[in-house]
Amino acid sequence: MNKSELIEELSMRMALHPKKAESMVNTILNSMVKAMKDNRRVEIRGFGSFVMRDYKPYIGRNPKSGEKIQVKEKTLPFFKSGKDMRDRVNVGG
Amino acid sequence: MATLTKSGIIDEIVLNTGLSRKEASDGVETFIEIIKETLEKKEPVSISGFGKWKVREKTARRGRNPKTAEEIVISPRTVVTFSLSNVLRSKLSGKEEEQ
Repeated sequence: MNKSELIEELSMRMALHPKKAESMVNTILNSMVKAMKDNRRVEIRGFGSFVMRDYKPYIGRNPKSGEKIQVKEKTLPFFKSGKDMRDRVNVGG
Repeated sequence: MATLTKSGIIDEIVLNTGLSRKEASDGVETFIEIIKETLEKKEPVSISGFGKWKVREKTARRGRNPKTAEEIVISPRTVVTFSLSNVLRSKLSGKEEEQ
């Protein structure tokens, strides 16, 4: 499923104008991105959470040329699925 | 800083779309439900500029209880993984400012 299919499905289920559904989906995603940029954690009950993880700088290599490159430290979101999501996906597990 | 939760997302929707709080709240729940149902069917959900949720089957493996050091077998399971889109990764790791 891609973003436009998700918007279409949301619009159908909520009987909402597609433009409104699109703006809703964009707002949900943008608010999460904004929080990530501010290094804030995102936690959505029953779905999952994004925790900001720090990665140390390291010397990497360009896999094609073998050239050494300095990779800077960075902070990226790590997704951890919530309990309801885990249970529903892992049926019989 | 404070964690972003559903209620913070609902506030933003009310602000941006003019929908009522109830509609915004239903919208967030429906958004989550659609993604969960799709993943339940083992179908990935791919959002351009954000990332992709995928379902992965994991085989049984040996593990250890970190407290008791007791050896245990971790049962096979189905898990959800998320990979960040390259666009968002660049934005968050500040590559854009360098270029």
